Amino acid sequence: MFMDVKKINKLFDEELVVINMGLDAFGDNLKKEQVRVLLMNWKPPAGGNKKLISLLEKLDK
Amino acid sequence: MKAQIKASNEEAASRILRAKPTLVDILTAGDAIPGMRKDMILHAGPPVSWERMCGPMRGAIMGGLLLEGLAKGSEEAEALAASGDIAFEPCHHHSAVGPMAGVVTWSMPVWVLENKTFGNRAYCTLNEGLGKVLRYGAFSEEVIARLKWMAEELAPFLREALLNHGEIDMKTMIAQALQMGDEGHNRNRAGTSLFIREIAPDLVRLGRDRDKIAKVFAFMHGNDHFFLNLTMPSCKCTVDAAAGISGSSVVITMARNGTDFGIRVSGLGDRWFTGPAGMVDGLFFPGFSADDAAPDIGDSVITETAGIGGFAMAAAPAIVKFVGGAPKDAINFTQRMYEITVTENDVYQIPVLDFRGTPTAIDLIKVVETGILPAINTGIAHKEPGIGMVGAGLVQPPESCFHSALEVFVEKYGK
Amino acid sequence: MKKVIIQKNAYYDSVFLMLTAKAVKQIPDVKDTIILMGTEVNLEILENVGMSMPETKNATPNDLIIAVEGETDAALEEAFQTARDLLHKRQRQVDETDEYRPASFEAAVRMAPDANLITISVPGTYAAREARRALDHGLHVMLFSDNVSLEDEVELKKRASEKGLLMMGPDCGTAIINGKPLCFANVVRQGTIGIVAASGSGLQEVCSCIDSLGVGISQAIGTGGRDLQARVGGRMMLMGIEALQNDPKTKVIVVISKPPAEEVARKVIAKLKETEKPCVVQFIGQMPQEGSELLWYAGDLEEAAGMAVALSKGEGYPGRTLFLSEAALDEIVERETRGMARNQRYLRGLYAGGTLADEAIVVFERGGFEVHSNVQTKPERMLRDPHVSRKHTIVDLGEDVFTVGRPHPMIDFSIREERLAKEMEDPEVAVILADFILGYGSHEDPCGAVLGTLGQAKQKAEDRGGYLAIVASIVGTEGDFQDLEDQRKKLESVGCVVMRSNYQAAMLARKITEALESRGAD
Repeated sequence: MFMDVKKINKLFDEELVVINMGLDAFGDNLKKEQVRVLLMNWKPPAGGNKKLISLLEKLDK
Repeated sequence: MKAQIKASNEEAASRILRAKPTLVDILTAGDAIPGMRKDMILHAGPPVSWERMCGPMRGAIMGGLLLEGLAKGSEEAEALAASGDIAFEPCHHHSAVGPMAGVVTWSMPVWVLENKTFGNRAYCTLNEGLGKVLRYGAFSEEVIARLKWMAEELAPFLREALLNHGEIDMKTMIAQALQMGDEGHNRNRAGTSLFIREIAPDLVRLGRDRDKIAKVFAFMHGNDHFFLNLTMPSCKCTVDAAAGISGSSVVITMARNGTDFGIRVSGLGDRWFTGPAGMVDGLFFPGFSADDAAPDIGDSVITETAGIGGFAMAAAPAIVKFVGGAPKDAINFTQRMYEITVTENDVYQIPVLDFRGTPTAIDLIKVVETGILPAINTGIAHKEPGIGMVGAGLVQPPESCFHSALEVFVEKYGK
Repeated sequence: MKKVIIQKNAYYDSVFLMLTAKAVKQIPDVKDTIILMGTEVNLEILENVGMSMPETKNATPNDLIIAVEGETDAALEEAFQTARDLLHKRQRQVDETDEYRPASFEAAVRMAPDANLITISVPGTYAAREARRALDHGLHVMLFSDNVSLEDEVELKKRASEKGLLMMGPDCGTAIINGKPLCFANVVRQGTIGIVAASGSGLQEVCSCIDSLGVGISQAIGTGGRDLQARVGGRMMLMGIEALQNDPKTKVIVVISKPPAEEVARKVIAKLKETEKPCVVQFIGQMPQEGSELLWYAGDLEEAAGMAVALSKGEGYPGRTLFLSEAALDEIVERETRGMARNQRYLRGLYAGGTLADEAIVVFERGGFEVHSNVQTKPERMLRDPHVSRKHTIVDLGEDVFTVGRPHPMIDFSIREERLAKEMEDPEVAVILADFILGYGSHEDPCGAVLGTLGQAKQKAEDRGGYLAIVASIVGTEGDFQDLEDQRKKLESVGCVVMRSNYQAAMLARKITEALESRGAD
């Protein structure tokens, strides 16, 4: 299996710039470690409405 | 498909940004509005039958029939309206927009706006003033008399002054108003002032009777919302150019008629998606309360559709008290609108956000995905015809419009 | 009496809600509280705990449900008020931060166009879609969420490998990238040992041991627990190894997992052999095989750390350096068993870290003991009721059956305390074995939180004329905010024996159990 991991090695050499989607605690902890992090105010898509989510998924491709 | 939708939306957004709404003339509805007829009355919002119309809308229609001399007295007007002999059609079907009841009849003078980039036009009546006026459903003799004065003196004087002055670039004027505390929907004081300032020398130079000209000035000056009837058709001709782009989920119409709230989507043609018009959440003027309020009504939400109004809320500190009190609330509302739009305006900017452009081009898909509904700043009409504005505040479209629009969009474009 | 309040169009993260519920439960005369979002799964939970009410039937995932059961109206009122205050305070915190917090992924990447990694910890139902979108945007992904289907995992990892991006997860609790802690992670010295792990607590334990030996790590990549199953094929493990192979800062590679599917194990070993860097393999529970000069098989997590450290120094593995001498151990065993009653004979292991529980089970089984558990592979050793111990029992308290509707035992100690309260009533229990995990994401005072209950347990045994041995290990480093030394002192203050690693703690507990068995045989 051919694996191109250049981007992973590139990440190892970069400063982490993180988006935190979900539990705030994880973002707050990164802040404590001086990591640049953007905390999101995430909510379930379409208010969690399954029918709408399946419609949205049809447009994802 | 995702890439195609993105490209179509970028095209729609680009057209909106490239618009050059320009005031070119003042004509009568009969002369200017495509498809207008003597037995037709245009109204705000999506299509609605007489039976389903709310009080203020009915009152306005009756007033329109009286104005045109098609009926004498309110009983006859009501009977005629209910008879089926008069065609009721949305302003939007005729490249027009109207605030509140938004009634337009054959002889009414209308502002003529032209989108210079694409050549399309839009129309809107001149704003009558506040309180007991047609657009709030009043149809008394006083109302009719005023409308007649507007047609016989106000409009012709303004027209002559305008033609002498030359076309007026509304985009620039609106951009300036936004930087002076206006947002173009619920707050128009700066815009009204700028317009008066612009047209003043030409009105004076008409050399007409001093008192008559003074009355024109006083009329405009006495109504902070005079400018609204210019921002609305400016926004209308702006977004109309983005209609009919295949694969685009940009919302190019939002409008209410006091019964229903309707939207239309660029890639879905002329089809309306409606839901019940909501109740405005706001503050009431002394003596009025939520019990007095009519449901959301008017085409003025075309301003939000084009990226001003509630979408520029952060530019209008005076609006803040109607939406929660702290300046940060208004900024927050505007920030949220960036999540549901395709682009940021390059001309309409918000000083307090470091002159960031207003959120522009509402994306239906993002609205459904995020659950964030467009924030609309609007006035509240009294539910009884002819009483007038009783407050102002925030309202949202019913989410059902967006849900049904999405379903149809996916049917058409989804894989 | 029961009452429910529904707040429409509100959204709070699950951990915050559970901690809020905990605060409300403290109110006198409040019997039970449950606070959650109205998702389908949660409505079922509500039903199962008997708190479903007519108002909750039509709740949507965007509605917040606060259900309280109390003795008096006043208690209910106070409960709702407390909940509202805490929620409001949280909302104000969110509102008052200077920076806007985007609701959508698109808005987020617009605000942070140079982002290179995303941590996703949203409910499982939505996680795959968000992860897919993040990958398509070119971000490396840390996917903490569990309850993502195996199918989705396979698809996500395929996509990630095609794009050359990290897909750590689903169900990946721990990673340390560029020295920065992702989700649950310890503060570990920077160094030359690179780790790829399909186990969160396993990764934490190995990092912790490496750090205590004065050495450091380059990267700690998590793959999620299922990575080495046949269908996933070890995809992320293999990518991680490849990346560490290419990383100039990494001199030694360590691989940690539960025993993989056979073909996957073969692929992983082959890959490690390709790297030309010295490697250590720890497949928990698998008997270590004969290795080679550059490929060492460890018998347990602590040994994996020890071997890695030796390799990083270019030395031979000197054997356990954290280990106490046999004599020292025997002394502890004698001291702990001295006061035990005749009928005390059983071990009860109460674990928050799943892999650590597994390791403890292995230690005991290698000593010839039959261990019951909620995570046993052998059906006859599975606990009939996970809440009730049987003879020698080691439970993984982080498993779903315990954590439904409650925070994970690493964050909150009520689950552990409840189990301890049960065990302390059983006069046949001789030794309690437990893990305490420090670091980011964990409770701010894990040892202090259960001190009272531990003391109580010791007291009860004494009152019965016996003695309860409590053996613990602390997974943590001197860099962790909970203060490792202080945590150790706290446990020792109530008579716990604190060992330097989970393996040693388990071994000590086993020796105690063996001593009791042979005493019983006299």
